[in-house]
Amino acid sequence: MPLLEMTNIHGGYGGANILNGVSIAIDADQIGVIVGPNGAGKSTTLKALFGLLKVGEGSVVFDGRTVTNMAPEKLVLEGLSYVPQEFNVFPTMSVEENLEMGAYVRRDGFRHLIDQVYGFFPPLKDKRRQPAGELSGGQRQMVAIGRALMTEPRLLLLDEPTAGLSPRYMGEIFDRIIAVNKAGVGILMVEQNARQALALAHRGFVLAGGQNRFTGTGAELLADPDVAKSFLGGGADHA
Amino acid sequence: MPEAGLLAILPMNEIVFFLNKVVIAGFIIGSVYALGAVGVTLIFGILRFAHFPHGDMMTAGAFVALVLLWIFPGAGAAVGLPTAFVLMPIAMAVTALFAVGLDRTFYRPMRKAGVKPVVMVMTSIGVMLMMQGLLRLFAGTGTRQLYVDTDAKDIYRIPLGGRDLVITEPQLLLFATTIVAVVALHLFLTRSRMGKAMRAVSDNPDLARVSGISIDHVVRTTWLIAGALAAAGGTLLALDVTLKPDLSYNIILPIFAAAIVGGVGQPYGAIAGGLLVGFSETLAVFNWSVLLRPLRPYLPEFIEIPAKLAFVPTEYKIVVPFFILVAVLIWRPTGIFKGRVNI
Repeated sequence: MPLLEMTNIHGGYGGANILNGVSIAIDADQIGVIVGPNGAGKSTTLKALFGLLKVGEGSVVFDGRTVTNMAPEKLVLEGLSYVPQEFNVFPTMSVEENLEMGAYVRRDGFRHLIDQVYGFFPPLKDKRRQPAGELSGGQRQMVAIGRALMTEPRLLLLDEPTAGLSPRYMGEIFDRIIAVNKAGVGILMVEQNARQALALAHRGFVLAGGQNRFTGTGAELLADPDVAKSFLGGGADHA
Repeated sequence: MPEAGLLAILPMNEIVFFLNKVVIAGFIIGSVYALGAVGVTLIFGILRFAHFPHGDMMTAGAFVALVLLWIFPGAGAAVGLPTAFVLMPIAMAVTALFAVGLDRTFYRPMRKAGVKPVVMVMTSIGVMLMMQGLLRLFAGTGTRQLYVDTDAKDIYRIPLGGRDLVITEPQLLLFATTIVAVVALHLFLTRSRMGKAMRAVSDNPDLARVSGISIDHVVRTTWLIAGALAAAGGTLLALDVTLKPDLSYNIILPIFAAAIVGGVGQPYGAIAGGLLVGFSETLAVFNWSVLLRPLRPYLPEFIEIPAKLAFVPTEYKIVVPFFILVAVLIWRPTGIFKGRVNI
């Protein structure tokens, strides 16, 4: 049974729907990647899943429980965690305080989790007293992912974790995401850097116009000439 | 004896006069502004609207202390402090609950309806007018003392070679309370789980919500702190001067100036801003002729020292915070501590 199963999701911000039947399913140990052109409804899919957007039709089942339209603060307790694309740190608070806020819902000790996050993201340890707003884009992204890991989620939702990062940082963030996944956390992320992201995906979902266009393993999608022609852009592919 | 020599050269009378009129007076009024501005800035940081009834909440806190004074007139004599000061913690608690009630009754329904910020500001002005009306309805317009007969209003005179440095008991209590409040607030905001959650909501409310922080708890805590500090500021101001229904409405402009100078949403900025506005006021109304007169023998004949040489006459003191407000908004709209909002 998949850890997450979104079936035929329709929804939007009032007015016309943005999602017109999106279906996503991934297992507990997998990395799922959602790609597609601008306006395809990639980020909207994550928001609908995390209760930030009203789902009009369709169902979200997480770990065997129906969680459609559940409030975000409840979903955190269910084992989901979400990293928004922008404004995803508390800028005036220190790195360590950001991580503590991630653990806000925990009543037990979380010192070992902070150490675990520093294990995943070693640069953060040296900067732990520094306000998160003063860090570089890549390090800020590490803080954002670290904050989301503090609840020990079973599924981590990442909205364009490499947006605006230099290629060097992009590779580093992808490496960390793989490490987090190896540690037993399911990942569902939206990515603009489709080629690199699909290369590490167990499951890939190509959306367009608020619907699934192609679904398969990352390798299958990369190998599919239709996907490559329409969605991966031929120009960048010299490798 | 070098000290004695130094004292003989320095115009001690004039220097002590300056300390009394500018330094002590500035610190006193600045502390009152700071206690009010912290509440205004916290409310703005969390709820994003200007809380105009804050001055009246300070006055209401002082009136709560007055009512408590009638009920327990002997409380102060037992410990040798002004009765109103001894009862102040209760007045702070009552006013804190009152502030939460104010939010539940007026502001929360507006938030739930998702109104625009300008509607919140209008609501806050409405609450301000209502509170002023209620205070006058129950208390009249007269002036009262926050002292009972058994309280002695101690005045300390510290001789400094000539004129005495004068400080009164309520002023000392105001110093002490402000320092305790600032330290407690600092520890709360940097050490406690709820204090950090407040900073998180002020920083990024959406992210706070997806982290599972309860916005309702944070809002309630904000009103409790703002109400308690307002009551402390109002009570101590009324002890230093007198208690009137317009006690703190008159200082709402300097309080907002302090919050904006300090950077809206920055509690430490509000404290610094309060003291800055306080000192600016006392410096502006100070009669600088007093300090110039000892220089008379060294000045050429044609320079005349006027009898009164102040930047602003005392009656127009209110222009000082107003000027600071305008200057900050023109040249540094985020305030000295980089507030989160460009106004």
